[in-house]
Amino acid sequence: MKSRNPPDRVIPLGLSLLPGMGHLALGKRSRGLPLLSFSLLLVLVLYGNWDAFLNAFETTAVDHWIAAVFLIVALAASVIYSVWDVHRLLGSPSEGRYGKSPFQLARRRFAANGLAVAALYVIGLLYLLALLAPLLAPYDPAAITDILATRYLPPSWAHLFGTDEFGRDLLSRALYGARVSLSVGLLAVLIAMSVGTTYGAVAAYFGGVVDNILMRIVDVVIAFPVFFLMLVLVGIFEANIVFLVLILGLTSWTGTARFIRGEMLSLKEREFTEAARSLGLPSWRIIVRHQIPNALSPVLVQAALMVGGMIGAEAALSFLGIGIRPPTPSWGNMVSGGQDALLVAWWVAFFPGALLALVVLSFNLLADGLRDALDPKALMQRFV
Amino acid sequence: MLLRVENLTSYFFLDEGPLKAVDGISFHVDEKETVGLVGESGCGKTIVALSLLNLIPSPGRVVGGRIIFDGEDLRQVTAERLRQIRGGGIGMVFQEPGAALNPVYTIGYQIAEVLRLHRGLSKHEADAEAVRLLGETGIPEPEKRARAYPFEFSGGMRQRAVIAIAISARPRLLIADEPTTALDPTVQKEMVKLLGYLQEQYKMAILLITHDLGVVAEMAARVMVMYTGKLVEVAPTHALFRAPKHPYTQGLLNAIPRLGAGRKEPLRGIPGSVPDFLSLPSGCTFHPRCPLGDDSCKSAFPPIRDLSYLRQCACYKVDHG
Repeated sequence: MKSRNPPDRVIPLGLSLLPGMGHLALGKRSRGLPLLSFSLLLVLVLYGNWDAFLNAFETTAVDHWIAAVFLIVALAASVIYSVWDVHRLLGSPSEGRYGKSPFQLARRRFAANGLAVAALYVIGLLYLLALLAPLLAPYDPAAITDILATRYLPPSWAHLFGTDEFGRDLLSRALYGARVSLSVGLLAVLIAMSVGTTYGAVAAYFGGVVDNILMRIVDVVIAFPVFFLMLVLVGIFEANIVFLVLILGLTSWTGTARFIRGEMLSLKEREFTEAARSLGLPSWRIIVRHQIPNALSPVLVQAALMVGGMIGAEAALSFLGIGIRPPTPSWGNMVSGGQDALLVAWWVAFFPGALLALVVLSFNLLADGLRDALDPKALMQRFV
Repeated sequence: MLLRVENLTSYFFLDEGPLKAVDGISFHVDEKETVGLVGESGCGKTIVALSLLNLIPSPGRVVGGRIIFDGEDLRQVTAERLRQIRGGGIGMVFQEPGAALNPVYTIGYQIAEVLRLHRGLSKHEADAEAVRLLGETGIPEPEKRARAYPFEFSGGMRQRAVIAIAISARPRLLIADEPTTALDPTVQKEMVKLLGYLQEQYKMAILLITHDLGVVAEMAARVMVMYTGKLVEVAPTHALFRAPKHPYTQGLLNAIPRLGAGRKEPLRGIPGSVPDFLSLPSGCTFHPRCPLGDDSCKSAFPPIRDLSYLRQCACYKVDHG
């Protein structure tokens, strides 16, 4: 493609002020559509909840304020990114690189997997809704007004998901519950992954006695009955989100640790490690810059799979009453609250249950897509 | 004298007992000189190279000898100094050019990393120098190729890239471990030319490890022949090819198939195969395969002795003096 003359540049650049439109004008649908739908969604939220948005700056509730600021920042960021990216695309039409980076190839393979992309959209949307919950929730999730008049109302336009036994709006509770469920899943996995990766890398690097001791500790942790540990701990401490995140994270890093250790041991024997040593690179640099990146893609897949599992685990614990306790809503305890009334008011348990199933399924599909996209054997494949 | 190795000994400590991969070898490499180290696969050539920079993988270890590089004994220097010499003073080119490159980084990044480490260049300078080095090693369109990943390179280009990395910190000695083995003959030829050019350009000495006698004949000034972890013959290249002294060297040279030889003429090899390092024959380890071998060879390994200027041989049956 030759360099473009001024009008050709100005039109897409102008359009790109509406995020995504510039990309669409250039025929870059895979980047334009997500940008466009993302910013449209934000605008819709802003338009539909203008009063809540304005109030957010006057209340003392921090989460309202955060949601409002996030909304503005996200909108601004999508406009800036859109303009910048269109400008970049115009400047150097598909030039500047020789081939495609492994990351680009993986992204292309991922994009070809419709289910995985859909799952990514669903997950993104759910996280966005959770973040904006204070703005979106039509009612206060804890507000109990006139129990007799409002309890067990079936889904209607006033209460999309219906109401529960205390007459609380279930849509609002589901939105707030999403914040608990989704953040517990993500944070617990973050902890598990960082602990596991560091632990495994240390064991593999030092080897010998250190490795032996560290891996025996892993065996002990694996053998430990986590469920009973939690029952005991819940008896001693009050179960809150931080507690749940820590307990889920700190009991599930062992798989990652074992996996990373194995990967690092095999990478230690690879010739590029030997070459790096022969070039005088310091050991820490070889581990951090050369070995860990090579071991990371399977970990990423595992992480995506684990988030789904963690969300499920949190829900199970809350369902049993040893996780997040009412009145703080979490999808798990909402299902549990609805089970007594299942025959009278199916919607109380149904909606949070369906959301749980949707998010866990989405994470599994995402993990599947990631695995196919990041498969090291597929990495050598140029065309898909 | 750039490198002097005295009585270098490296063992692998296995459950069955120590495996003497390098068993007391001594040699030297002069400034700007190319020395070939040849021998059959599995005779310990690569372990010699790895021993020099203390890179032998566990359970192997250098157990004895001195490695004097540029006046410093590499077995005595601190770990930090050794790290500076690795790459900075002694560069290394590995056998499998694809495997020596990290698949997740661009070629340019991997060269620049070494430049920043050893020559203290800024990121910008290092990137520019990486492109220049790629160009110098004969890679077309180096600005573009620097941003490519190893899997986008052909075998020959990867080997060029590996050489570019090895010479990037201007080492005074380049150890090339089978630099041509994984390549096809036309690319081999180019690689030999490239190494010659770079040696001239950067005033490097090269320790060339190979089992390809053709490559040795083209590049090396002197040749060392290795068998079961020991040197058996050292000689200037032309002298070695014209009149090999040690029966093993004679066998190696006879085994080269010749163009123009009669169709009926069979390929000649050395009878038998390289013995197991853990159960070496007594005395001269070559005697069971040797046409001259007899009972007198079974007592002890023959010491390597001077035959003439620059010429040494370890054999009871070869006349000395």
